[in-house]
Amino acid sequence: MMKLYDYILSPSCYKVRLMAALTGVKLDLRAVDFHPGLEHRGPELLALNPAGSIPILEDGDLLLTESSAMLVYLAAKAAPGWLAGSDAEEAARVQQWLSFSGRLTASLGGARLHEMLLRPGDIGVLQSQGIAALRELELGLVEQAERGKRFLAADRPTVADIACFPYVALAPDGGVSLDPYPAIRLWSRALRSLKGFIEMPGIHRLHELKPEPQLEAGGA
Amino acid sequence: MTVGPMLDEWYPVGIFGQLDEAGRKTMLMDEPIVVARDGNGDAKVTDSSGRILPVRVRYGHVWTSLGEPKKELFAIPEADQPGRRFVDVGVVRVRCSPLRAVENFLDIAHFPFVHTDILGAEPHTEVQAYKVEIREDVDEVWATQVQFYQPQAAKSASGGITTQYMYRVAGPTSTVLYKTCPPRPSEWDVITLFVQPLAEDLCDVWPWMALFDDDTPMTDLIHFQQTIFLQDRSILENQVPRLLPLDPGMEMPTRADLTSVAYRRWLKRHNYTYGAQLVAQ
Repeated sequence: MMKLYDYILSPSCYKVRLMAALTGVKLDLRAVDFHPGLEHRGPELLALNPAGSIPILEDGDLLLTESSAMLVYLAAKAAPGWLAGSDAEEAARVQQWLSFSGRLTASLGGARLHEMLLRPGDIGVLQSQGIAALRELELGLVEQAERGKRFLAADRPTVADIACFPYVALAPDGGVSLDPYPAIRLWSRALRSLKGFIEMPGIHRLHELKPEPQLEAGGA
Repeated sequence: MTVGPMLDEWYPVGIFGQLDEAGRKTMLMDEPIVVARDGNGDAKVTDSSGRILPVRVRYGHVWTSLGEPKKELFAIPEADQPGRRFVDVGVVRVRCSPLRAVENFLDIAHFPFVHTDILGAEPHTEVQAYKVEIREDVDEVWATQVQFYQPQAAKSASGGITTQYMYRVAGPTSTVLYKTCPPRPSEWDVITLFVQPLAEDLCDVWPWMALFDDDTPMTDLIHFQQTIFLQDRSILENQVPRLLPLDPGMEMPTRADLTSVAYRRWLKRHNYTYGAQLVAQ
């Protein structure tokens, strides 16, 4: 079984847990004491990943330290429909958003760590870079909608959506509001509606759709 | 804003085990302070004028006061009980009133909706009648005979159980809960929320636990509690008004809110109003 070095509050780790859940892959989770223990900076984990970051995914001889690579690996093994198809434009869009997700991590992720777990950083810069990234994502989704597509790279969810979703959904943790972005909210709802979706603290599951209200004939 | 009588109370300002000589710069009720370890290895807290503040090291944390404490730091006898494991869960900052952080901790009714499938689940949403009192001898708020159905009450619980609870407010921003200990039914697990008021609408929260659980790895114990608290955080940051209302106004408490009502009454009686809203708006 694949082994994930995991932290329950890490959006990057959640990407991998979510992808695994959506594609039906079972993971062996190894909890890392990121906070308050800083275990990811300890000798055991630095030996696996000199960058000192988590997640880390082990599968036999394969060792991955970049979450986007983990998403691609899980999809390729279990559900290739989550990867780009043969269309050149779609393939490029998947790569574009996978790379873009790093900006979300650096900006919104940094703001979240600063505001929540007291990690150092210039909060004003992190938040404004996060807002710039959200505006770009909102525009990308609006343009996709004009092409008749509901997700970032296609009319079906791909690894690109999973790479971008967690840091966006958790932006309010870092003091960045999602109120100005209707396309992002619709996209978030579409992702949270997927069969097999799992939540993490701060990302709530969609409330069960309630039955239609009984409208009384002749009522006001 | 004057701090009032809350000035003379004890507050958590850091995990003792994480202190170093360089010190941790932080705030206590709008006052900049530095929490450090001195040359002898003892905790030392100073304010912006270099004044040395009173210090206690207890329950894994460093405690201090900006004023002159009239009472010793509250007791948690379970902290000295052999066989318990003590868990420093780690700080989490929340943009909310420190009093609201405590009040949320005292609430049971939100479990099925915020801590779904862990501390509660629909349709088991009823909060059964429980008892609340202000214990005059110790000057604390206590809620007892609380029970609630929980799908996974603790890391050590293997399935759904009806969990017994007692809640205790031991200081204006310090609260302790006692709950059924799945591996040792004759004892209570102790879970606390120690809140450091940074400003009236900003706090650092230091959860701490004293559990009977010999099996669960420490990291899993920490993550269980962090999961629960981070589910609360986004709710706390969106509560309106930001400060905790102490006067009857637009809110209509129900029977399930008895602990909150007693906590607010107790705060008002002591003029513990830092982080509170006094006139209904």
